[in-house]
Parts: sequence; C-alpha cells; structure tokens
Amino acid sequence: MTIGLEHYLIVSVVLFCLGLLGVIIRRNLIVMYMGLELMLNAANLALVAFSHFRDNLDGQVMVFFIITVAAAEVAVGLALIVALYRKRQTNDVTDLTSMKL
Amino acid sequence: MEILFYIFSALTLLCGLLVVFNPFSRNPVTSAMFLVLTIISMSGLFVLLQAYFLAAVQILVYAGAVIVLFLFVIMLLDVKEEERRRYQKFGTILGFAAVGGLAAIIINTIHQSGVGQTLTSSGTGETKPLGKMLFTEYLLPFEIVSVLLLVAMVGCILLSKRDETTEVEAE
Repeated sequence: MTIGLEHYLIVSVVLFCLGLLGVIIRRNLIVMYMGLELMLNAANLALVAFSHFRDNLDGQVMVFFIITVAAAEVAVGLALIVALYRKRQTNDVTDLTSMKL
Repeated sequence: MEILFYIFSALTLLCGLLVVFNPFSRNPVTSAMFLVLTIISMSGLFVLLQAYFLAAVQILVYAGAVIVLFLFVIMLLDVKEEERRRYQKFGTILGFAAVGGLAAIIINTIHQSGVGQTLTSSGTGETKPLGKMLFTEYLLPFEIVSVLLLVAMVGCILLSKRDETTEVEAE
C-alpha cells in the first residue's frame, strides 16, 4: 500500500490532538506552551503534505513563515511567563485565577 | 519508503504523547527532551515529503533555538513544584474523551472527502525553486516577518527588564 496524502493528514490530526490534550490536561504553563508548539507543528506537517501532493511550493513557503512566527511567539511568550513568575512566584494555571496582578 | 513513513510517524506520535502525558515523570525537562525527539522525527517526515530545506530549518530553529529557550526558562523557574501536584483525574479523563472525539470527527471527514484518491505526487520539492519563490513572489511577507522578529526582540527585552521605576516608588 503506497503512502498517500491521507496518511500524512491523519498523522497531522493525531499530533494536533495530542497538543490540544497537553493544553487541556497539563496545568504547568511551560508544558502547555509545548502543547501549542505541537499543534503548530501538526499544521506545518499538513501544509507540507498538501504542498508535496499538489506539486505546489506555496505550502512550503507558508511553513517557513509559520516557523519564523512560532519562534518569535515562543520568545515573547516565555518572556511573559518569566515576568509572571517574578510577580506571582508560580507558573501553575490553577494559581493564576485573578485578572489583576 | 513506506516502512520509513511508519517508523517516523510512530516515533512522532509516541514522543508527542510523552510530551503531554508521561506516566513516569512530570518534570518539564523530560517533556522538553521528548519535544526534541518529536521534532527530529517530524523533520524525517519532511524529508520523506521532499521538503529538504524545511527539514533542516525545523532542526535548526526548533531543536536548536526553541528548545534551548524552553530549557533556559525551566531552569529559571521552579520545577519541583510541578512534581508535587497530581493530575486531576476527572479532568484528564474528560480531556482524553473530548480530544479523542475531535480526532475521530476530523479523521472521518478526511476519509469521506477522499483527498487521498484524487491527489498523487510527481515529487518536485527542491530548495532552489523555494528560495526563488521566497525572494520574488513572497518578498514583502519575508521583509514583514523580519520586522516582526525585531518587534519580538524589543518586546522580550522590555518584558524581561526589571522595572526600576516601580521599585524606586516602593522604597
């Protein structure tokens, strides 16, 4: 059986759901961030698979931009987490329930 | 080729599961290490899809830069705290159920849409046309992304700088 687009899309969906699971069940902000990274990677995999099976490079350019934006997002997000930790001495979302610092 | 796909995707999914739900360790450092494995096996999948440039970028940017950033922040913060807490059993079961349902719906949709039958590859994914495209058709987004990186850099410095004015006021 040859590997088609469908196989890659299913891997991508399962990976996306794993990332979502991480955001839902983990209470540590950093691990939730890793779940976000997994979801972005799943989207990348789907885009690359579509780009390969349609003989069209637009998807790969998109993935390139997604990787860049994800790197910027991680940098800012982790800086926010560190700033929050400095104020509140915790990075567990069950302790971060008030909207005021 | 087929066996490589199965090996890489199994590795990706297994390590992805261990990032978010590891029954042996709740340490964020372990999660970060499994994230590295996930990303490396995913770049193997990119190679199978003939996206060689993206496979290299994936390893350089994610496994190189992003994970190091994660580990730095984990070292700055307290990880002992996390290990003392337990999973909330009810929430975990509900989370698994919800996510499993979502996965079932999307996979069913993919099956019904029949994308696998209509699209087959001839396989032309090289770095040279990608680079050409990036610097002609997508030149403006490329430059805007560089501005975005600058903004992110300034934002990080601003956020992680200690607020001196408020400390003086507090004194």
